[in-house]
Amino acid sequence: MTAGAAEMAPEGTTTDAVRCTDLSYSFGTHTAVDHVDLNIVPGEMYGLLGPNGAGKTTTIRMLTTLLKPATGTVTVFGIDVAARPMLVRRVIGYVPQMLSADANLTGLENVELFARLFDVPRRTRKDLVDGALQAMGLTEAATRLAGTYSGGMIRRLELAQALVNAPRLLVLDEPTVGLDPIARGDVWDYIERLREEHQMTVLMTTHYMDEADAYCDRVSLMHRGTIRATGRPADLRAGLGGGATLDDVFRHYTGDTLDDAQEEGGIRDVRRARRTARRLG
Amino acid sequence: MTYAAPGAPPAASVELPVIRDNPVAGLHRLANRIVTLCWVELRKIRHDRTELYTRAIQPALWLLIYGEVFTRLHAIPMPAGVSYLAYLSPGILAQSALFIAIFYGIQIIWERDAGVLTKLMVTPTPRSALITGKAFAAGVRSLIQGVVVLIIAAILGVAFTDNPLKIIGAMMILVLGSAFFACLSMSIAGLALARDRLMGIGQAITMPLFFSSSALYPTKFMPGWLQAISKVNPLTYEVEALRGLLIGWSTTLWLDTVVLVGATVASITCASLLLPRLANR
Ligand SMILES: Nc1ncnc2c1ncn2[C@@H]1O[C@H](COP(=O)(O)OP(=O)(O)OP(=O)(O)O)[C@@H](O)[C@H]1O
Ligand SMILES: [Mg+2]
Repeated sequence: MTAGAAEMAPEGTTTDAVRCTDLSYSFGTHTAVDHVDLNIVPGEMYGLLGPNGAGKTTTIRMLTTLLKPATGTVTVFGIDVAARPMLVRRVIGYVPQMLSADANLTGLENVELFARLFDVPRRTRKDLVDGALQAMGLTEAATRLAGTYSGGMIRRLELAQALVNAPRLLVLDEPTVGLDPIARGDVWDYIERLREEHQMTVLMTTHYMDEADAYCDRVSLMHRGTIRATGRPADLRAGLGGGATLDDVFRHYTGDTLDDAQEEGGIRDVRRARRTARRLG
Repeated sequence: MTYAAPGAPPAASVELPVIRDNPVAGLHRLANRIVTLCWVELRKIRHDRTELYTRAIQPALWLLIYGEVFTRLHAIPMPAGVSYLAYLSPGILAQSALFIAIFYGIQIIWERDAGVLTKLMVTPTPRSALITGKAFAAGVRSLIQGVVVLIIAAILGVAFTDNPLKIIGAMMILVLGSAFFACLSMSIAGLALARDRLMGIGQAITMPLFFSSSALYPTKFMPGWLQAISKVNPLTYEVEALRGLLIGWSTTLWLDTVVLVGATVASITCASLLLPRLANR
């Protein structure tokens, strides 16, 4: 279960939890993901880091069957995502970047919906749903409408939704975005516990370098659609010399061109912000 | 031997779910998804009944004011023994279902903006099953609303059939009609992509659909060009079938049913094909 073993494994083995080969995607003329190669070993907690617009979410959307790769392939536990999307969806649990639960259903119903959509048989459904809610500390709030939940509770609810499927691979796109420090710590505690209990492989993105440093076995630094560096956080820090933090590593690989990146992402970010504003208003 | 040919089963350490990819399993899954999404709809109605009451106001006004006045005016000649109010009631029933169904396009855009749609699309639910499930959910809501409309009409003295088979038949027609208009609306959502734009389009098409159908008056009193439009308007066939079943109006029931089933299948196909466009925007 070490990173080294997988790196030495010959091409074409199916043991990787995730393997992206020459993966690209473009929105019109704008290349969001540019010939990315990466592999994630089963059991690993893998972090995809990078500034806004780096292409992290786009990579994840290809991996979760939402977008068809323009070039290259992604496999999840050896299954080609483009060829067998339905099978891949049974293997992964996905928590998207945006906090999202159906506000007009209770927490319990939100989780039961996913149990039903993952074909959990009726006999075991109730226990599984209750178990997932309990594992995320939501038993008390389970019968309240999700519209009344705080941000941290919605994130935990989303984790509970992803859990009913007993996924082999948990994909978390900025799991702690928009949460206060206490809620952030909570969510990480729960994720860590899940990993221990279920030996899940986790792929996540975050903008918080301290989180990546503390929880990830390996990270990749992504910038303008390409992977600039991959390794264990400690190794990457050591590579920059004594006393470097992961923040320094991040800046080293992405900082000098941050202005350009912001320009690129600008219009779309404005559009996104507007959409959010509309939803709230 | 660690080297595996493409398509070979994955390493033994990772057990993958077995899924059956045959037509029977596919139909079973489709039925399951329809039941699940109808269940969601029922839960939502349970949590918030206000919409049920507010949506009853319009049909009540149509029956109570327009219906009563036009019955007294004798402006629209009716065959002997049929009151205009009895003739009008199935039309208003279909109208209230139409208004409910048209809302589903706006709802799916809202779900996209809230991130809920993305998560549904990463469950093992084919796009067509998701759309069909939502279409039937619209049918469930229309049925419940329909009961309210029929009660109002009955209070005003309209005598409906007491044949349970015909009542069940009318329920099925109402569900089919709602499914068609919900998918029409979701298809337009896939083209319009933004909520404000769709709201305008929705308002612009519902009234023309209503007035160009036989909901208010027999098509034989229409000018030629309007008759031609009413012949290709599925709402006409829905209204005629409801009249045939509920008040014994003479109609070719098989033709009405065939048109509605055909239109529904076509619109489900269309909305399913447009769903990725909507989700990936
Ligand atoms: N639906 C879309 N249409 C057009 N361009 C898009 C779309 N989605 C993403 N992009 C663009 O693709 C690039 C990569 O976006 P992506 O969302 O993958 O970045 P990210 O690394 O997840 O950023 P963030 O940290 O802000 O979430 C950005 O420049 C973005 O503007
Ligand atoms: Mg992102």
